[in-house]
Amino acid sequence: MLELVIISTLNGVQYGMLLFLMASGLTLIFSMMGVLNFAHASFYMLGAFFGFQISRWLGFWPALVIAPVAVGGIGALVERYGLRNVHRHGHVPELLFTFGLAYVIEEVVQMIWGKAPVDFRVPSLLDFPAFTVFATNYPAYKLFMLLTSVAIFVVLFIILRRTRIGLVVQAALTHPHMVAHLGHNVPLVFMSVFGVGTALAAVAGVIAGPALVTQSNMAGLLGPILFVVVVVGGLGSLAGAFAASLLIGLVQTFAVSVNLSMADIFAFAHFTPSPGTIARDVWNVTLAQIAPILPYVLLVLVLVLKPTGLWGTRET
Amino acid sequence: MGRNLLWGLAAAAVMGSILSAKAQETIKVAYIDPLSGGGASTGETGLKTYQFIADQLNAKGGVLGKRIEIVGYDNKLNPQESLIQAQKAIDAGARVITQGNGSAVAAALTDFVAKYNDRNPGKEVLYLNYAAVDPVLTNEKCNYWHFRFDANADIKMEALTNYLKPSTSIKKVYLINQDYSFGQAVRVAARRMLAAKRPDIQIVGDELHPLQKITDFAPYVAKIKASGADTIITGNWDKDISLLLKAAADAGLQVDWYTYYADAPGGPTAIKQTGLNHRVFQVAEGAANIPNAPSQEFERALRAKYDFGLLYPRAVNELRLLAAAIAEAKSTDPLKIAAKLEGMKFTVFDGGEGFMRADDHQFFQPMYIKSFGDLTTNEPFDEEKTGWGWRVVAKVDTPDTILPTVCKMKRPST
Amino acid sequence: MSVLTARTGPAPRPAILTAIGRYGVWLAVAAAFIVLPLVFGSGTALTMMSLMGISIVFALSYNMLLGQTGMLSFGHAVYFGLGAYFAVHGMNAVAAGGLPVPLPAIPLAGGCGGLVFAILFGWVSTKRSGTAFAMISLGLAELVGSSALILRSFFGGEEGVTTDRTKLLRLFGVSFGQQIEVYYLIAAWCLLCMFLMYAFTRTPLGRMCNAVRDNAERAQFVGYDPQMVRFLAFCVSGFFAGVAGGLAAIHFEIANSAYFSATQSGNVLLATFIGGSGYFFGPVIGAALVSYLQVMLSDLTEIWQLYFGLLFIAMVMFAPQGIAGVLVMHRPLWGRRALSRVTAAYAIALPPALVMLAGFALVIEMTYRLAAKAAEGPAMTFFTVPLAADRPEAWLAAGALAIGGFVLFRLTWPIIAAAWAAADPRKESRP
Repeated sequence: MLELVIISTLNGVQYGMLLFLMASGLTLIFSMMGVLNFAHASFYMLGAFFGFQISRWLGFWPALVIAPVAVGGIGALVERYGLRNVHRHGHVPELLFTFGLAYVIEEVVQMIWGKAPVDFRVPSLLDFPAFTVFATNYPAYKLFMLLTSVAIFVVLFIILRRTRIGLVVQAALTHPHMVAHLGHNVPLVFMSVFGVGTALAAVAGVIAGPALVTQSNMAGLLGPILFVVVVVGGLGSLAGAFAASLLIGLVQTFAVSVNLSMADIFAFAHFTPSPGTIARDVWNVTLAQIAPILPYVLLVLVLVLKPTGLWGTRET
Repeated sequence: MGRNLLWGLAAAAVMGSILSAKAQETIKVAYIDPLSGGGASTGETGLKTYQFIADQLNAKGGVLGKRIEIVGYDNKLNPQESLIQAQKAIDAGARVITQGNGSAVAAALTDFVAKYNDRNPGKEVLYLNYAAVDPVLTNEKCNYWHFRFDANADIKMEALTNYLKPSTSIKKVYLINQDYSFGQAVRVAARRMLAAKRPDIQIVGDELHPLQKITDFAPYVAKIKASGADTIITGNWDKDISLLLKAAADAGLQVDWYTYYADAPGGPTAIKQTGLNHRVFQVAEGAANIPNAPSQEFERALRAKYDFGLLYPRAVNELRLLAAAIAEAKSTDPLKIAAKLEGMKFTVFDGGEGFMRADDHQFFQPMYIKSFGDLTTNEPFDEEKTGWGWRVVAKVDTPDTILPTVCKMKRPST
Repeated sequence: MSVLTARTGPAPRPAILTAIGRYGVWLAVAAAFIVLPLVFGSGTALTMMSLMGISIVFALSYNMLLGQTGMLSFGHAVYFGLGAYFAVHGMNAVAAGGLPVPLPAIPLAGGCGGLVFAILFGWVSTKRSGTAFAMISLGLAELVGSSALILRSFFGGEEGVTTDRTKLLRLFGVSFGQQIEVYYLIAAWCLLCMFLMYAFTRTPLGRMCNAVRDNAERAQFVGYDPQMVRFLAFCVSGFFAGVAGGLAAIHFEIANSAYFSATQSGNVLLATFIGGSGYFFGPVIGAALVSYLQVMLSDLTEIWQLYFGLLFIAMVMFAPQGIAGVLVMHRPLWGRRALSRVTAAYAIALPPALVMLAGFALVIEMTYRLAAKAAEGPAMTFFTVPLAADRPEAWLAAGALAIGGFVLFRLTWPIIAAAWAAADPRKESRP
């Protein structure tokens, strides 16, 4: 039992940190530009595939550096030539542009690498069990994922809070016009933030690729959860995104381990709904079965009760 | 040459599209399975396998002088999409549909084919099912136009439980399956048959997870560990088995596995990673290392062309049986083919006699229990370049695989 | 008669002509629906036209939210799917109980299902607007889609629920087994729904939806509660989405969780936007076009979805008013000499544009050939011209077409601008 709790905590934290890597970029972009980037998960996917391809030519470690830079560059170009042009049409076209972009990126990935999963392997340097909890091994690679995510969070925090460029970015978050009046190149700042945000998503992709399945549908699988994280944490708050990612990562991982249903909890009531009815389904469904939809329940609740998110500073 | 090409392209650009219609006479077989998304690895492998088998048949002159043409349609593992694709296939001239991945899809297809044939007499289509093994398809939902070439889930569980019955070392069994009709059929059959044959075995877990949606099975493996199970019985296929095995390898889980589809793409690699030598078993209708010369030759040829071995001996049986039925009926009319197919006896791919039972259109054939591990010198085939391969540990002859059926088929009045 | 009361304008039109002017469009559309199967009679064509009919109703219901009330929803497929399930269960109940309900009444059951849940979910969703509303709709869509696999008794799990449309009460001996009968049923319902939804835009509620879209605060000052207006629009939209779902259930005879999928929601958004969300007939064009492309384009090239996505992005960037918007933009030119000048300018610009597009398409197709289909070798045909994808000449030709075409196309832009300027000196010239 204790083993299960410890392993689930480790898995939950690791999954949460992965979500955070992606959500951090997304929340930065949203805070900065008011654009909810639908294509963010697609950049994550691009990172994974670029990482895969580069790791085949040069190895995993160069890929870890080159792939995010490449994807960040693509992101900056998208902002400069795509998003900026659409901005003048309004918020809805901006959203739709990123929506169409997500679509196109998925198609391009399918076109180049096919629809079946690709064999993105864990680098041999990390392919061993790091430590053993009771009788279960915890793979070193997962530990690596965890440490990298934490490191990036720390670096991001330091840059934003302690450096000059971070100050400019923070100011442009709330007063872009004033910042422009002060002589800073706000469009350049926006472009860099978009590029850095997408590069972060790409890092998540390169890291997650070997552990999860690298396939052209990976953006669609992780995309909705990402929005839940950002919205629940609060649009505009990095700390909120961090807390929300951990929360959702832990909730999902723990829920899977729990086989309780209402029938189990209320067994004393001796209430047996007749088979073939909705009541029966609801009564007998276990927490493990509804684990994948818990984040969405949280999303709807938060949006209805507190639309700024749990830690957020601004609404839409 | 370059300039001609340029002019040709410019002319073509101005002209617009012209859909080229295939003027050749072919027997179109529509392959409707996932070619993208969750089931893509198995679907694509299957399509290439079918094309390979068809090429072999065509090289020998085809059937009734016509080529067999396999056309792939992507159903994204979705029943509704499968119906759209089936309609497209029929509109394109296919009168034989084959499908296997996903009993949910199969249920929708068999329903559709029955209705379509009922409403369009003279334009019937056949549905050849090569892998959807929910028993209900040849029992409660049987229909005259559906033929199943794979042993159904109950037959397989019967063979598996008979094999593990004498193993006194098995005390605690964990069931993990996909949450849909097939996965539920597996767990129900496992519970029933274990209770009958080994009532002392304790079932310590009975897990159902979403179909083809989980990318990280670590939480599930943690639960299996916590339950103290020494054996796992699972019907998982494609990504669900290979990722489950991968997560087990990562966590260092040491149990015996009794599976339906451990040979899925990615499965053998994952098994090697677990280090479980000849502790992962599968029930199947064939194995590469069976000492049968024609099947081994086929295997060699397939591996030379593609990077994978034969996942579906039953696909070979299916196409060859279809060709034989067409030849015997001397017609490509599904009504006549069906009449010849049912009751047909056939020498199956890996040797031995099989037959298509007319009562429920279920094909019966010799079944094998095989285990995955290191090979001896007279076992030439390994899987996915791991150095390990499948070894047959038990064989069940055709008469011993027969289970009764409740099918009451509506037959056409000819 | 005094000078003041003498008529100065032309004689008033007879009443019959006014009526024809007003209703003529509807009669023409009805006539088109009736005549189409006689022109395109093949199985594929009938299936496609049926699918178009369903999409049109769905897209129009979606535009009630997007275009009319300014609500961007990413989960409209929920009401479509729930309508389909209600219709399927309705059909099964009617067939099992032998009730005297004919098939044409079934989409109403779908509509009611959509309405009930639109009331339920709409009350929660419409509390917020803008991005929050969009996110709620996304979350709800995922929730309902996942619940479909949990609440098996109603949703049937992965297999879904099947039905048989020929088992209901038969009016005039029509069993609806044949595709053509289903087509006429769908066409009739499509026409009815189009008429009703158009009528809705003419009602005061419809007008207030526009007001709330344009300036919610001002609508509040005028005395209307924006949330109530949005809620009512949501409910009506959910009803018609349910009707579309019912029609789909009749057509496919199956309802499963794919009806709730993000693809379904995304497709209707694409169709509405491409058609043009600012005009009533925009989604009609968009839905017909998207349905057509989805069925036919996959025969032309395997990567048609990529072209589709690129088309969408191009429209968002350059023509966010959609196809309908572009057509309406030309309305002032109708019947004037300037139209021929603008058309001539377009005709001059068309060949370079086509050449440029052909060049880009060729590059994409060759990349696809080399990357994903490497096992099948580099030989391919492009619009019946055979070529080898790995030869440098092919790539040079493609590049030349693309770049050369773009350069020539760019040169024609001033011509178009001049034509427009001549057409209306007060209008700002733009290509």
